[in-house]
Amino acid sequence: MAGLLRRLRRDYFANPLDAALSITLGLLLTAALLAGLRWALSQAQWAVIQVNATLFAVGRYPLEQQWRLWLVTALLAAASGSSWGLLRALPRRDRRREAQLWPGNDRIAVAGFAALALVLPALLGLSLPLQLRWWLISALLLAARWVCGRWGQGRRGRQALRLLPLAWPCLYLFGLGLIAGGLGLIAVPPNEWGGLLLTLVQASLAILLCFPLGVLLALGRRSTLPLLRWSSVLYIEFIRGAPLITLLFLGQNILGFLLPGGVAPERVWRAALVLTLFAAAYLAEAVRAGLAAVPRGQLEAARSLGLSTAQALARVVLPQAIRTAVPAMVGQFISLLQDTTLLSLIGLLELLGSARTVMANPAFLGRNAEVYLTLAVLFWCCCAALGLGSRALERRLNPNTTA
Amino acid sequence: MEVSPSPSDSDLARTRPQPSWWSSMLSPLQSLSTNRRALPWLVQGGVGLLLLLMIAFLLANLVRNLSATGLLLTWRWLGQPAGFDVSESLLPFSPDLPYWRALLVGLVNTLRAVIVGLIGSTLLGTLVGMASFSSNALLRRLVRLYVEINRNIPLLLQLVFWYFVVFLALPNGSAALQLPGVVLAKSGLYLAGAAAHGWQLPTLVNGVWQAPLRLSVEFAALLTGLIVHISAFIAEVVRGGIASVPRGQWEAASSLGLHWWATLRRIILPQALRVIVPGLNSQYINLAKGTSLAVAVGYTDLYSVAETTLNQTGRAIEVYLILLSAYLIIDLGISAVMNGLNRLVQLRER
Repeated sequence: MAGLLRRLRRDYFANPLDAALSITLGLLLTAALLAGLRWALSQAQWAVIQVNATLFAVGRYPLEQQWRLWLVTALLAAASGSSWGLLRALPRRDRRREAQLWPGNDRIAVAGFAALALVLPALLGLSLPLQLRWWLISALLLAARWVCGRWGQGRRGRQALRLLPLAWPCLYLFGLGLIAGGLGLIAVPPNEWGGLLLTLVQASLAILLCFPLGVLLALGRRSTLPLLRWSSVLYIEFIRGAPLITLLFLGQNILGFLLPGGVAPERVWRAALVLTLFAAAYLAEAVRAGLAAVPRGQLEAARSLGLSTAQALARVVLPQAIRTAVPAMVGQFISLLQDTTLLSLIGLLELLGSARTVMANPAFLGRNAEVYLTLAVLFWCCCAALGLGSRALERRLNPNTTA
Repeated sequence: MEVSPSPSDSDLARTRPQPSWWSSMLSPLQSLSTNRRALPWLVQGGVGLLLLLMIAFLLANLVRNLSATGLLLTWRWLGQPAGFDVSESLLPFSPDLPYWRALLVGLVNTLRAVIVGLIGSTLLGTLVGMASFSSNALLRRLVRLYVEINRNIPLLLQLVFWYFVVFLALPNGSAALQLPGVVLAKSGLYLAGAAAHGWQLPTLVNGVWQAPLRLSVEFAALLTGLIVHISAFIAEVVRGGIASVPRGQWEAASSLGLHWWATLRRIILPQALRVIVPGLNSQYINLAKGTSLAVAVGYTDLYSVAETTLNQTGRAIEVYLILLSAYLIIDLGISAVMNGLNRLVQLRER
């Protein structure tokens, strides 16, 4: 108790100026919080979110085909659950007290997740069948986590963990195929995708596809061959100098002219292509910084051991460079996820785009604040989760803390 | 005494040809594995050929498609009357003036947003960055919250929030938000300024505000959004710069009897600026690029004028070239100024 008081005094009331500042800020904060709460509970009409929940989630995806999306979600939940379980089952030296993710205790994390999964669907006012589905999916995730956590202790777990980097891309491709249809399923053209679905598809496609191109560009920019270096520099600076919206504009209006007549892909794919090419230039800069942090001696030592330049780069230099570049790369991915909102300016109905169509509906006129705040919370959670994941990845890749 | 070459040596001598230009021409595969000189050139040649082929393919398609639609590159349309009005401009403009005047008005509007935004975000960002070193924990936490909110919510979403939720909900007339010298109404942001007869405050005339300086509500929303967003990033740059100065510098200065402000100005800032200035450069360029989102809040910047022009004329390539070069010049201008500043603050060693 005395310790708490001492800390309170040191942090907030160290001198008269601090005390005055603390009191003023505290009063202002309380007033703002109260006003916000009063608005959210009495004035705001959250019906606009509840009625349009499906539109925000998947856009105009055909209703009778939505079981495919539920299936993809369930698969993703199972995969995340088993990955979580496997990672936790493995003893790690970095799980010391000071280097822990919040919450440090696994039971607290599980309990928190379960509570959130129970409360959130009800809080959003989803209909009972939808709530039931979300509960089932959450239960699946926790069950997969429990089973894998039990099963994966020891060698089996380590082997299964090695399969994870292979399993996730396969799952991704399968999920994308399931969403798009074809091969016996009814094809759902991408201009019927929308909302969060389109946002996530665009962001994840760009993140995955920009990776090889970005690494090649970074290597090219550090190459001693003048042609490679200059073409990489030209590309990177061209992309980084132009605002994304002008590049999207280029993709929508000019890409058709650059390809043989009549083969320009659909708007959604054109936008995905532009996002990928855009992200690659920024990723290249992050990787280049990582490459610059690898001492020259590493390449020379690898070469003197008899590895070819390509082998030395792939096995010695790049792993170290990418490990260094992880925070910067995740920063780029976070801003890429945010940049998908610009697609609404070229007429795609991703999250912001579908929000705009909702607010153009006379029934929901003037409900801007509710809709934009919901989107802001959604983006905040997605981006903060990416940031948390990046910090966990950093610790896992750090050779000083892993066994 | 003669030493006969060992069989393996003679084998080597026979299988490895003397490096000459024709051998590398005749057996490229062999030269790839043996000739250190040829390999880079082969790689470069291959990549160059690939790039050239790609560019030729794209350009050939472009020319074919453009001539098929009758849109071959020409700049004559720039002189035709624009036919649309620009809602706000510093230069006089009317719909019967040519397209190049409209684009120029857009460029001036963009530059206006860039310059005001640059000053505003620098001031706010520096303040917030300094506040993260406050001895008050509540203030430090608020700064953290400010930075996290801005980092995790898209700029476009923030802009439309400011415009549709905050600025369009403002009252008009006498109910408008009034601060000393500043009036914030739905019809615009009115500022006190120097008028014909001295200093003049905003005044209400027949229910309409009059002031020497009026900013449209679109411009105000764009500026607010940009300044709030970029200032959070600038605050991080400033914080990083100040944190990069070793703590011993503060202690040494205070043991010499220097006051807090003198320490900051004479000891800390000159060292911190070496880290801050390069970081500021990229944030300023982000700001310049961010002004292109003005189209979402109805401010007629260069991009929004260009979009209208494209819709009316169909001249995609020319409009795109104009847009690209304009933003490139703005970026280069910012970089040049910041590089000059960087040279001023960097350590000069004798």
